[in-house]
Amino acid sequence: MSLTSTERGDPSAAGPDEARVGDAGRGRPAGPVAGVPRRGLAYGGMAVLAIALMVLVPMFFGTFQVNQIGRFVCLAIVAVGIGLAWGRGGMLTMGQGAFFGIGAYVMAMHMLLSDAALRGPDALPSFMVLSGNGELPWFWEPFRSGTVTVLAIVLLPALVAGLLGFSLFKRKVKGAYFAILNQALVAAVAVLLIGQQDTLGGSNGLSGFQSFFGLSLADPLNQQFIYLLACGVLVAMVALAYWTMRSRFGELLVATRDGEERVRFLGYDPAGVKTIAYVAAAMMASVGGALFVPIVGIISPTSIGVAPSIAFVIGVAVGGRGSLFGPVLGALAVAWAESSLAQAFPSGWSYFQGLLLILVIVLLPGGVASLGQRFRRHRADSGKGSTPDPGTDPAEPAHVPAPKGTLT
Amino acid sequence: MDILISQLVAGVSIGSVLLLVAVGLSLTFGQMGVINMAHGEFIMVGAYTTYVVQRILVDAGLSLLFAIPAAFVVAGALGLIIEQFLIRHLYRRPLDTLLATFGVGLVLQQVARDVFGAQAVDVAVPGWLQGNLQVFGAVVPYSRLFILVLSIAVVGAVVLFMAKSPAGRQIRATVLNRDLAETSGISSRRMDRMTFFLGSGLAGVAGVAVTLIGSTGPTIGTSYIVDAFLVVVAGGIGKIKGAVIAAFTLGVLQALIEYSTSASLAKFFVLVIVVAFLQLRPQGLFAVKTRSLA
Repeated sequence: MSLTSTERGDPSAAGPDEARVGDAGRGRPAGPVAGVPRRGLAYGGMAVLAIALMVLVPMFFGTFQVNQIGRFVCLAIVAVGIGLAWGRGGMLTMGQGAFFGIGAYVMAMHMLLSDAALRGPDALPSFMVLSGNGELPWFWEPFRSGTVTVLAIVLLPALVAGLLGFSLFKRKVKGAYFAILNQALVAAVAVLLIGQQDTLGGSNGLSGFQSFFGLSLADPLNQQFIYLLACGVLVAMVALAYWTMRSRFGELLVATRDGEERVRFLGYDPAGVKTIAYVAAAMMASVGGALFVPIVGIISPTSIGVAPSIAFVIGVAVGGRGSLFGPVLGALAVAWAESSLAQAFPSGWSYFQGLLLILVIVLLPGGVASLGQRFRRHRADSGKGSTPDPGTDPAEPAHVPAPKGTLT
Repeated sequence: MDILISQLVAGVSIGSVLLLVAVGLSLTFGQMGVINMAHGEFIMVGAYTTYVVQRILVDAGLSLLFAIPAAFVVAGALGLIIEQFLIRHLYRRPLDTLLATFGVGLVLQQVARDVFGAQAVDVAVPGWLQGNLQVFGAVVPYSRLFILVLSIAVVGAVVLFMAKSPAGRQIRATVLNRDLAETSGISSRRMDRMTFFLGSGLAGVAGVAVTLIGSTGPTIGTSYIVDAFLVVVAGGIGKIKGAVIAAFTLGVLQALIEYSTSASLAKFFVLVIVVAFLQLRPQGLFAVKTRSLA
């Protein structure tokens, strides 16, 4: 269970760092950071797991399974962002489907356009020909270019999230209000997409892609490459989250979650801090969506609405919203459970999903990642009697801070 | 001009449904700070109750009248059960109530699918609600008019209950200052249960109304819940007055935008308008000082 020690760096990641900074300031030896060796072990374990996932999966599984796991990896990329915004920042982002959808549709438009370009300079994506749409809608035009597409995948969600986030956070709209408005956003986007029958495929969505930036999707080797690309992006996102967590900004984000007014009194702008985290989460969701399309081969409003957006959140909640690896592992595990359980018991999955959500939220708000912490604390309490464990106490100032954070 | 009036009438009609759906939410969300995502499923429960009552009584007119109290009690009882086993553990964690009740919603949807089938069922509209009324050249189905009347009656009853009845006063006292209410001999647990029973029951009544508009399926609740939350957010939590104004304003706005663009764009613009409105009044139209929600 190398996993359990990862949460040392987790809901209160700012904790150990803060302690160390503070201690150094007071001229004491760098505090009791008992977690470092264990943390190193955990990260080593994760690195091994990541490499195994990246290299071994394509070696031992067929194209179908590789694609299946690739889909999980895309969902995990979204989860990293949710972990950042929700776990660290206390912003329940229930509308990640909207940003996921932006990335996915932009990528899908580009792929359909480049497929069509092979057939002729004025050829249209086939679904448009079927629906009798004579010319290309204006908003498709920019996505002929690969560069514009890649930029749009990153910048469009940033723009939307930036505008929405800043306008809400500036007016101190938060907590439940923020969550509900996010949900309204994703509901609106889904309805909007369904309405775009002849320009975005309506409820059928976009599908039938032949190539991904010049790589034929029929070739299993290319499929493997895209899978590896997704794995690489996931690792990069986790690294980014780790770096954020350790940075000054990360501490500010956690501080804003736990005491927004105090942060304001200290002279920082909580609205800016929250917007940045929200934008980062939106970008990650968009990138996850963009990679989802070549791997899965279809994007439709059903992958985007309110329910899929909550499904993203479920994985994060199960894994541990405040930890570094919790969201990733939770998302992978829940996606895997869904694909295997839903096949075996189609109606059982809904019950399982609902009960899982209820149980995790009520009994284990910190997710699986907090189990180790609970267990260690329990052991410390019973084993060492009244002597406080010097290794854990000062370094973990706030026990289970994640649920507290959600109060704000 | 005719078109404008007919859009206005359509807007009022949308607004009355929104209001009916949002009144219960306004109670549980506004008064108790519980974000009940399963509210949509309580609506579904009310709708299926109507269906069952009609299967038993057959006569559509009679069954509609019986369905209203039946749906209120069934949905309310379900709400009580969920409050007892789930929500009362989460009172201090509003965002978590949102997620946990979404889980409840998933389970309830699946129960409905297993009991009634995935296919939507239809509830017969009674004869006296078939036909249309002409209002200034606009055509209003009687069933829509019935919903308008029902929502006005429900809102009136809720307002009277909260303002005049001892129980309503006790609920308000608990919301305003839980400790002081306890000290005065009010059982805040009882008030929580009562509020939740009322809120859930009202969702059930809304469920009866939506059977008059369309088919009843397991996911019927999800199509109303987001709009209803927008109404509560725009109206300001805990204020019925805010919910009334917000519901009709959003309904009319949606109808007007729908006319000039399309139904799907309208939803989007309504969201944009609500966000813009929150720039002016972040607390919604009317704010009540309650236990801080956010």
